[in-house]
Amino acid sequence: MADHAKPEDHAPNPDTDAYAHESELEAHLQTKRMVINMGPSHPATHGTVRLKVELEGETIVKIDPEIGFLHRGFQKSCENVTWTQCLPYTDRLNYLSAMMNNFGFLNAVEKLIGLEIPERAKYIRVIGSELHRLTDHLTCVGATGLEMGGFQPFLLALEFRELLFDRTAELTGARLTTSFGRVGGINRDLPEGWVEKVRKSLDRGEELITEMDALLTRNRIFVDRTKGTGIISAEDAIDFGYTGPALRACGVDYDIRKAKPYWVYDRFDFDVPVGEHGDNYDRYLVRLEEMRQSIRILRQAMDTIPAGPIIVDDWRIALPPKPEVYGTIEGVMSHFKLVMEGIQVPAGEVYDSTEASNGELGWYLVSDGRGRPYKVHVRAPGFPVLAAVPHIIEGKMLADLIPTFDTINMIGGEVEQ
Amino acid sequence: MTPPFWGPYKAADSSPLVIGAPLSTFALDRVSAQLPEAVVERYVDRTGGAWAVIHADHLPKVAAFLKNDPELEFKLFGSIDAVDRLHLAENDPRFEVVYFLYSLKRHEHVRLKVRVSENQPVVPSLTSLYKGANWWERLTWDFYGIRFDGHPDLRRILLYEEFQGHPLRKDYALRDRQPLIPERPIKDIFRGPGTSGLS
Repeated sequence: MADHAKPEDHAPNPDTDAYAHESELEAHLQTKRMVINMGPSHPATHGTVRLKVELEGETIVKIDPEIGFLHRGFQKSCENVTWTQCLPYTDRLNYLSAMMNNFGFLNAVEKLIGLEIPERAKYIRVIGSELHRLTDHLTCVGATGLEMGGFQPFLLALEFRELLFDRTAELTGARLTTSFGRVGGINRDLPEGWVEKVRKSLDRGEELITEMDALLTRNRIFVDRTKGTGIISAEDAIDFGYTGPALRACGVDYDIRKAKPYWVYDRFDFDVPVGEHGDNYDRYLVRLEEMRQSIRILRQAMDTIPAGPIIVDDWRIALPPKPEVYGTIEGVMSHFKLVMEGIQVPAGEVYDSTEASNGELGWYLVSDGRGRPYKVHVRAPGFPVLAAVPHIIEGKMLADLIPTFDTINMIGGEVEQ
Repeated sequence: MTPPFWGPYKAADSSPLVIGAPLSTFALDRVSAQLPEAVVERYVDRTGGAWAVIHADHLPKVAAFLKNDPELEFKLFGSIDAVDRLHLAENDPRFEVVYFLYSLKRHEHVRLKVRVSENQPVVPSLTSLYKGANWWERLTWDFYGIRFDGHPDLRRILLYEEFQGHPLRKDYALRDRQPLIPERPIKDIFRGPGTSGLS
């Protein structure tokens, strides 16, 4: 056997050594560093990000994520429109869970105004958020399965996701870009018979999740590729600013829904799954369990939702009812003012955060009292998560990059604003 | 009910509103007690959020104290951003860099501000203290042109290297476009928000 550590001692001489070609096969491989580009559009990743990978053999020496391909000038756009008109821009932050972004933004604006929204609106916000938490996690888990070579889990995930998107469309009028909710509450009530439809979809969805679980969780290929890869320690995760499932997979029990319950989350009985190792497998398991918990919350919320108004009765915040607009001068003027000038949010600043599907979605809003946001800072949960990819993956194998990139669930829209 | 007709909304004083995380007054009190020279100003905003304005030079010291003090442990990195106060009533110095940290021990946010002028927009970097600060500082540099002293790799992050200026400064025009490849000359295309597609 040739000694791999000291190949020069056994350097074969092809002129004298009859078996030189055999020694060459066993000789130490000369590798040189190679820089390859993954993306911006790569078949094995979802999302538009360019990863400049420096390889030595199959080991990643250095990785430099280049983001910004989906940059749309979110903040600059928001600073030039009224508060309500920001809502469609927030849809595009995390396009898989648009309602959570809508409601997170509205929540911060309402806090800036100092406004309490009606009870029923809070329940509808919880229902919408949990529906979209499901769709987001389904996409993540399904795509992880797909990119590990399992097509069936992806189809199961998409079947459930389609059911939920249909329910979303019935509720909001759109599958993805919902623009749902208004400052002060919700703009449309739950449609007739919708709750029953959601219950049926959830029943079917539970079967699908169980099937997906059975196909992936003990699958040899899937486990081999995800267990022990993409590890981040709890200290590093906290240092980077991880939140959401990625942080909980490291064993840190932090969920804003429990830490500071907003809306009506404190009235529901649900568990927060926590991982142990901080690897890809744990992130996958945490998401899988969170979906089941979301279904639990949804069922409870639909059982206990109270009747009542869905938006505040204040014409400086919410549009007046249509008979008032057509029938009274106050109504038509309030309507006109609200549409043309927007809500007069008093000057001030606020920071508020909600638990979105990938973690803490924070908003720092500044108002100068002129009817338009002066500053809209969004703390996208995917941003710190992606920032840690070089830390996680440097020194590891190239093949580990794909599952890591999948399970951290980087969403281009929110990271690149 | 006759709804209020029009005007800025004012919350009733009788309904104190508690939404969101408990406030970090405790942490700021400790900072004021331990490092009085670092604190320029303390105030509570209208929504009840406690803020501390910190001297730029003392920022790393304050952040290290918040992170390492056993009673505080503000270890979870939130975010960094800036505000260009050009059009606000109080706009000297022009930029405000805002920091958000979270304590998993106390379950509180802490909010810090550092004010820097237009002529010398430099803040000490927190990258040696928090790994998460790296990208947020790049983002702030990209959008506002605020430099972070001691940052290992202060490049643009969302925009491309050839980009001129910093787009979130208030004097950067909304419709100022800098395409890398020429855009097709479609006259009636309406790009972005604003009142008219032509200006």
